[in-house]
Amino acid sequence: MTGRVEQRHQVNLVVNGEPHSREVNSRSLLVDFLREDLGLTGTHLGCDTSQCGACTVLLNGRAVKSCTCLTATLDGCTVTTIEGIASPDQPLHPMQLAFRARHGLQCGYCTPGMIMSALEIVRRFDEPTEHDVREALEGNFCRCTGYQGIVEAVLEGAAAMQRERHA
Amino acid sequence: MHEFRLHRSSSIGEAVAAHGRAANAFYLAGGQTLIPSLKLRLAIPSDVVDVSGIGELKGIEVHDMALRIGALETHASVAESPLVLARMPVLASLAVRIGDQMVRNRGTLGGAVANNDPAGDWPAAVLGLGAEIRTERRSIGADDFFRGAFTTALERDELIVSVDFPLTDAAEYVKFPFLVSVFVARLGRRVRVAVTGGAGCVHRVAALERALEVNFHEDVVAAWSPDVAAFNSNTHASAGYRAELVKVGVRRAVRSIAASAAR
Repeated sequence: MTGRVEQRHQVNLVVNGEPHSREVNSRSLLVDFLREDLGLTGTHLGCDTSQCGACTVLLNGRAVKSCTCLTATLDGCTVTTIEGIASPDQPLHPMQLAFRARHGLQCGYCTPGMIMSALEIVRRFDEPTEHDVREALEGNFCRCTGYQGIVEAVLEGAAAMQRERHA
Repeated sequence: MHEFRLHRSSSIGEAVAAHGRAANAFYLAGGQTLIPSLKLRLAIPSDVVDVSGIGELKGIEVHDMALRIGALETHASVAESPLVLARMPVLASLAVRIGDQMVRNRGTLGGAVANNDPAGDWPAAVLGLGAEIRTERRSIGADDFFRGAFTTALERDELIVSVDFPLTDAAEYVKFPFLVSVFVARLGRRVRVAVTGGAGCVHRVAALERALEVNFHEDVVAAWSPDVAAFNSNTHASAGYRAELVKVGVRRAVRSIAASAAR
């Protein structure tokens, strides 16, 4: 296929509340689009084989592995990355505060994916138990093995979000 | 990942036509198997036909005596569907144990059935219930559908539209992750037992089905002598261990079905 221009596709995406209209190659992965095209480097590429979950983002409100989505197929979708979860009046989201308070990280590489998955846990469970959290983090690897603090952080963050909802 | 031509289809007809014109095409639904395969160059298609935007492939409804689930429904959408939870909770409990949550949010029923991974969960439910696979051109019974590892009765450009699962409340799925899983269903007087993850392809166990049709009790499982050579051995478990787990799984499933019938 050498000697010709690679096929391009127009996509319209809302990322962290901002509309973007771009042209991408067929092969463009969402994680590369976020990092390379939009400069949102908070989403990490950990394994590129759909196993580690470091690249987790919310796609239309659901946690997905952005290394396993073709950007060109996401026309009209809404994406939330780690950069987009805090609100203007709150520099850190309650889940981020909980990760800081509980030391839910060691090297920190998996943390953005962990936090996006934690938001999915809060979507799925009103009051997640430790067992729920451990099972629901199956798709996120902490290669430092710092799970104890991570699980505590997710539980604390979930409780804080629950309090916020009922405040 | 090698370069390919991508077609974004908005209807079944458009997708099938694009696939038919291509030299070597794949349908793309949730992409949770296909995209990793493209990256590893296990799949090197000339064309990829994206069907993820086709509304006709979505929806969950009761149709005649079956639960009809659209091919594009994700494992997560099945697991969370109020209709599935009310009418066929066994399918929700199977779906929520597939992969991890991110995979469940993207991966689809149709993709999983068409892929026919030897360790796939959905093939066990489809075969265990004797479901009908509906494509854009015909309907295929589960017994004729699964032909071998990653091989099905689908023609090259045939597209799954939905799967009809016969409604029953007498079904159970017992999963031993990475080892073997069994799906047991009681449909009137008939009993179906499907095993996945233990061999090259999902398959039924006729001897167990006959014994359970005579006496639907967990004790009949003890008399069954599995053909151990038909099971896989690998780093996770030996063939003998997998065969033993099939017995354990079927016993548990039968016990669970019998207990819920007694309530």
